Amino acid sequence: MRFYEFESRKIVELAGIPVTEYGFCKTADEAKAAAERIGGPVVVKSQVLTGGRMKAGGVKFADSPEEAAALAEEILQLEINGHIPRGVLVDPKAQVKQEYYAGVVWDGTAKRPLMLFSDMGGIDIEEVAEKHPDHVGRGHVSNLLPISDYEAKKVIAATGVTGSQLNRATPVLARLARLFRDNDMTLAEINPLAELEDGSFVALDAHMEMEDEAKGRQKRLLEGELSIEPEDTREPYEPSEFERSVKAIDSADHRGVIQGKDHGFEGNLGLVIGAGGGSLTLTDAVRSQGGKPANYSEIGGNPSVAKACGLAKEVLGKEGVEKIAVMMSIVSNTRVDIVARGVIKACLELDKDPAETIAIFRIPGAWEEEGFKILDKYGVEYCDRSVSMWEAAGRAVAKIQGAEA
Amino acid sequence: MAGGDLYGVFIEVSIEDAVASDAAIAAKLEEVCPVDIFAVVDGKATVVAENTDECVLCGLCIEAAPSGGVTVRKLYDDTILE
Repeated sequence: MRFYEFESRKIVELAGIPVTEYGFCKTADEAKAAAERIGGPVVVKSQVLTGGRMKAGGVKFADSPEEAAALAEEILQLEINGHIPRGVLVDPKAQVKQEYYAGVVWDGTAKRPLMLFSDMGGIDIEEVAEKHPDHVGRGHVSNLLPISDYEAKKVIAATGVTGSQLNRATPVLARLARLFRDNDMTLAEINPLAELEDGSFVALDAHMEMEDEAKGRQKRLLEGELSIEPEDTREPYEPSEFERSVKAIDSADHRGVIQGKDHGFEGNLGLVIGAGGGSLTLTDAVRSQGGKPANYSEIGGNPSVAKACGLAKEVLGKEGVEKIAVMMSIVSNTRVDIVARGVIKACLELDKDPAETIAIFRIPGAWEEEGFKILDKYGVEYCDRSVSMWEAAGRAVAKIQGAEA
Repeated sequence: MAGGDLYGVFIEVSIEDAVASDAAIAAKLEEVCPVDIFAVVDGKATVVAENTDECVLCGLCIEAAPSGGVTVRKLYDDTILE
């Protein structure tokens, strides 16, 4: 789960890390009031969950509250990479002596949080790590034991930072590591962490991401401190009718799982796909071979016939869909015969010929022999695990392209 | 979504009258079926048509009834579940 900058700022503040005075505003009037409260020149920043704000005109500087209001009005209506701003953040234009980077990421290989620090802040840490590796300090922390300031100090000292700067930056990184672990974050970064002219350190910008599975036990933070509604999906766009329908079918039946997305898809080949990363692989395989997917989907966990049927009907009901490809990686608990029944039933209920409508059926695994009997009965082309996902996708693409010609 | 719902496309389930009328067996059938194909109505076992295609071929209903009391026919290959 991604957080907006104003939420990340609050999380940082709650952890005891100094931040500059700021205001989250939903209207131009609120932005004006925030600028008046802060005093002096301010920066007005669009609150969107995407990068490239500065380039898109979503970050602007104002010398007066009136100018801040005018800029807020403009930014609030500015769509950035398809994202509508949640609001604007009004920040003071800080007098910065030096910018640093402080971050904590989840190291999936070591299975422990990894602290990162650089004395070259304000730019992408990846770029610094590549071009100036000696300016990036790293250090793992325990998942269980208390995190000491000393561990953070070692990481910072590795970049050559000494003296007062080292002492002032140390608690910031240590607190960031503690908030990362306490709040089940997958990413917590402050960039830039600014040293102001008076020598104090403040977080000027922060970026936080939380493990989705942790939302249940982080209610105190999410709902209590940040007032995030449980149904806030953080989707950058309104779900389509297809997406809503698939979600409703999934919610109505506890057996198995289905998901469907069609934002940005306008093809003619519907996809009923899934299993162990199969959806991404198969979508890529279709696209790489010239196919045009009408949707993305995930099906698994041994769904009922009704659920498989429901997904297939929704996919087939999408405008422009001519055929569907039913493909999965190798399944273990999902039953091939049950999915076969579901997708064939979808065709029949829509008065479509399954043999014509299902371009390919490739689901190897549990109960596949029973599934193949069903597919034989309805004349649907199918294949077993001796045919790769790539080849199956290619067959589906060839079939639909033949249909187009 | 256009198109009507179809039932009994893949699986056909039938119960002998004498078995269906036996209250104890009827209750057992309702209990054992994992996909709710059987329901007890007025003390008698009935087949819930909209659930028959969900049959997972587990055979628990066949074991719960006396021999030949319940028949599960796979319509796609015209065989009977033993």
